[in-house]
Amino acid sequence: MRSQRLGWAPYALLLPSLIYMAIFFAAPMLQSFGLAFQDQSGAWSTASIERMLRDAQFQRALFTTVALIVLIIPIQFALALAMALVINARLKASGLWLYVFALPLGVSELAAGIIWFNIFTERGWLNTILEGFGLVERPYIFLNPQEPFWLILAVVLAESWRATSIIMIILVAGLQSIPRDYLEAADVFGATTMQKVRRVILPLLRPSLQVALILRTILAFQVFATVIAIAGRGLTVLAAEAYRWYGDLRDVHVAAAYAGLILLLSIISTILFLWLLPTREEQLA
Amino acid sequence: MIPRHAAPVRNVALLMILGLVMAACGPAAGPTPGGPTTGSPAAGTPAAMSPDAASPDAPSPDAASPDAASPDATTPGEGSPEAPGAGGDVVMLSTQLAPLEEAEKMRNAILADYPGGFPGENFVPAATAAEFADRATAEAASGEGGGTVGVLGGLHGDLSLLAEQGQLMDLTELAGELSDVGFIEAYMELGRFGGDEQLFIPWMQATYILAASEEAMQYLPEGADQNALTWQQITEWGQNIFDATGDQRLGFPAGPEGLWHRFFQGFALPAFTGAVNTQFNSPEAVEMWTWLRDTWQYVNPQSTTYSFMQDPLQTGEVWVAWDHVARLRDAFTANPDGYVAMPAPAGPQGRAFMPVIAGLAIPNSAPDVEAAEELIRYLTSPETSGVTLREVGFFPASEAELPSDLDPGIQEMSDAVVALTGASDALPALLPVGLGEQNGAYNQVFRDAFESIVIGNADIQETLDREAANLQSVLDTSGAACWSPDPPSDGACQVE
Amino acid sequence: MTADARPLAAVPPERAPLRRRRAGRQRLVGRGLLYLVAALMALWVLLPVYMVTVTAFSPRDLVFLYPKSFIPVEISTDSLAFFANATGVIPALWRSVQVAIVTLIISMVIGAPAGYAIARFAFRGRNAYRLLILSTRAFPIVILSIPLAIAFIQWGIYDTIWAVALMHTALALPFTVLITSSIFVSVPRELEEAAQTLGSTPVGAFFKVVLPLALPGLAAAAIFTFVLSWNEVFAAVILTLRERTLPALVLTVLTQSPLPFRFAAAFFMLAPSLIVIFFIRKYLLGLWGRVVK
Repeated sequence: MRSQRLGWAPYALLLPSLIYMAIFFAAPMLQSFGLAFQDQSGAWSTASIERMLRDAQFQRALFTTVALIVLIIPIQFALALAMALVINARLKASGLWLYVFALPLGVSELAAGIIWFNIFTERGWLNTILEGFGLVERPYIFLNPQEPFWLILAVVLAESWRATSIIMIILVAGLQSIPRDYLEAADVFGATTMQKVRRVILPLLRPSLQVALILRTILAFQVFATVIAIAGRGLTVLAAEAYRWYGDLRDVHVAAAYAGLILLLSIISTILFLWLLPTREEQLA
Repeated sequence: MIPRHAAPVRNVALLMILGLVMAACGPAAGPTPGGPTTGSPAAGTPAAMSPDAASPDAPSPDAASPDAASPDATTPGEGSPEAPGAGGDVVMLSTQLAPLEEAEKMRNAILADYPGGFPGENFVPAATAAEFADRATAEAASGEGGGTVGVLGGLHGDLSLLAEQGQLMDLTELAGELSDVGFIEAYMELGRFGGDEQLFIPWMQATYILAASEEAMQYLPEGADQNALTWQQITEWGQNIFDATGDQRLGFPAGPEGLWHRFFQGFALPAFTGAVNTQFNSPEAVEMWTWLRDTWQYVNPQSTTYSFMQDPLQTGEVWVAWDHVARLRDAFTANPDGYVAMPAPAGPQGRAFMPVIAGLAIPNSAPDVEAAEELIRYLTSPETSGVTLREVGFFPASEAELPSDLDPGIQEMSDAVVALTGASDALPALLPVGLGEQNGAYNQVFRDAFESIVIGNADIQETLDREAANLQSVLDTSGAACWSPDPPSDGACQVE
Repeated sequence: MTADARPLAAVPPERAPLRRRRAGRQRLVGRGLLYLVAALMALWVLLPVYMVTVTAFSPRDLVFLYPKSFIPVEISTDSLAFFANATGVIPALWRSVQVAIVTLIISMVIGAPAGYAIARFAFRGRNAYRLLILSTRAFPIVILSIPLAIAFIQWGIYDTIWAVALMHTALALPFTVLITSSIFVSVPRELEEAAQTLGSTPVGAFFKVVLPLALPGLAAAAIFTFVLSWNEVFAAVILTLRERTLPALVLTVLTQSPLPFRFAAAFFMLAPSLIVIFFIRKYLLGLWGRVVK
């Protein structure tokens, strides 16, 4: 087995990345992480964590963050998978389809927030369509802080629109490595498209799916510019609270507490995905 | 023979190597930096300037030479002391004049006459107060003379944090030289942050006004004088519009970046109670919150997303708005006839308003203090103040005579400001003094009260009781004494 | 694989011809459906992009008009031109490109071997490494602003594109490692071993056999890294003062300027990445018709 003959090889290959991260990230991160366990005077205590938990916005932020992730991730994956399958099916001008589906890659969180705000705002694009087709008599105010349903929907749409391409790219790459003869064999046996997807493609796509899920979830926990740009003060998420405590209230300890919570939730979901979608390597190991 | 599949790999590799080489050759020159001058004619001869100003093209070289002539051996950083009058390489970091057009006007019009020229990229706008504070703090850690930023331009609130952390240089000497400018003493006082050192020189002032679109004017309540409105009349105005059109057309900057806390600290609370902190939990305060909650039914609910009222005014989502002049400027300059500027309304206790002061400071880590002082002298000179008002609508922080050839939109706003400050029932409410790091927490009290009472429909008295406790805790932590319009206090201000 | 194929083989052989004809018709309907789904999704992606483009090319007063018009009534490049010519915009654009390319190179050079190690070797600490490197990315970077700025000032590379590129690499590395590892996993180990039994060195086997097959995955990681660096704003803002990248420079525009300029900025930032995607998409689609036995 490889791992016996060249026992040091994997570690040698990993070393540059570890050194790199240690230099640029480790020290500041550990230091900042430690801040969460100090109070304002610098003494070790859980006062900052308690402050975070007691804050009026904490529960709102936690709930909204989890709600957004639970809604956004499945939608995005369904969309991304559909896009990737479309591209993989090699329709005419598949390069063009890839290009179109990849367009939102160049849109940052903030830009996406601005775009979708202008779609949902009272005198914006959506109301133009609705009024134009006679579906509403007067423009509807979607971005009302007292109607969280529309606020969350708007954010879900904005994030789904913006970040699906990233997942799609990973899935397209993963699809390329599925040998064509498996799919042809499935055709010979008369499988429908749905069966092909469920029985052949998805299992083989597991490594890419796992990676894409982990990456997207980690990034999703840190999204806040889109939320703020669309909902203003109507919604808050954990990352926005971290930013507010840091930038506005200048309390780096509570901000670090929020950051630590985000870290914890990300790690939990990573472990969850590793457990739910083990690749064959992991199953065999 | 290169295998076929390796050819694209080779091409990509070549492209990457090319990229590395380009990057290594340092920041490549794109097309010429700096853009064309915009809009209003830049730095024209301000004939209406104060009589004691020198000719506009040589802003106070006389004041500069005594300093530069004696080579200051202790000037750290960039090497040789600057020649008199030649603009040294100074970098200015500023939270003011940050939006695109204002920043370009700063570079191309206001700084156009800087002796020796001022490279556009040396004016660095900071998008957020957090960025401003972070960078200043990081540079401060690099010790005296080790930073890049020479001049910090920010609001009083932005600078108070840095002052508290001891990062600002004492500018008493410079202030003495600039005594001809005639800075308003109250602002100089603010610049001392309650101590003896002059930590910032007042740069510009502005305030908040009401702006209404033309189509809203027909719904003004009967007998209302647009230059002497009351807050009650604003509610009626909103109601008239709602009854006639079915739309909620009042608007306030209650969004994340909006200056909403100033509404309470400088306008609504003092107008109803005559004070800010001491009367936070008084019956008059309850009256104010009741008024606001009643008015909110005529306010566009999207106000919690608005941070700059110029956009919703122009899209028509809001017809009557209250906001800082800088955040209304675009509507007025793009369409001066379409909007009316009015002084802030009055309450039972008077026409309360809050002047917003921007100041210039020099961080201890500034690389070239001479050049930094040069820039401050230039920016606070009467000529430059005149140009500043003409270009961006910010007033000088001094008793200088105002130029008369203003842009019609800027003129409209400036008239409203003058009417406000000169009103017989004007009640100036000063910026918070002595809060330092607690500035954010202090503002938070007012925002939280708003969100509970008006958005969350909570019981007013309960909310005020709770928030009064928070307010007291903030005041105690910072040790800030009461400031005008509250009566002065011994020690930390007390909420009654 | 065999476990998955069994249910499909449950079709009795005598019904095979009917199956094939039905399958043929199914495939046609399936194909049509596919085009429809593709078109709908393309519409979903394109509509907001179209809105941004139309607004960016509108004269100022039309930007604020309601109802919005989908067909551009008047075209004006005023806002875009003002934005593009504003101080520092073009140099910042250039810097963003440089930073993204450098980030790309460094993170691929460091990350791909690590991805290979995770994919090929079952070594102790594999999961720990993965979790560790991911957790660095799970920490919101805004809190690290001051320590990072101080560190970079001390190293003397503050306010240079190298500072930003190095930081972006740190941000992208965990993702590069993971994406490449997922791709290397799908390249059958047997091919490498076959190449080695035919006399190739392990490194040679990697370059001749694995790399070409992993090209789509590497391209995906490359796109991901480029886009991440291109859009990254926090690190860029805190680490630069005069040598700003485009997102850092236009942050004030996107947050504080009037609407027409926000759209101009959004469009301007969107456009260059379109060009990059155009070039990389070929590699993403890999080698067609590859059959592996």
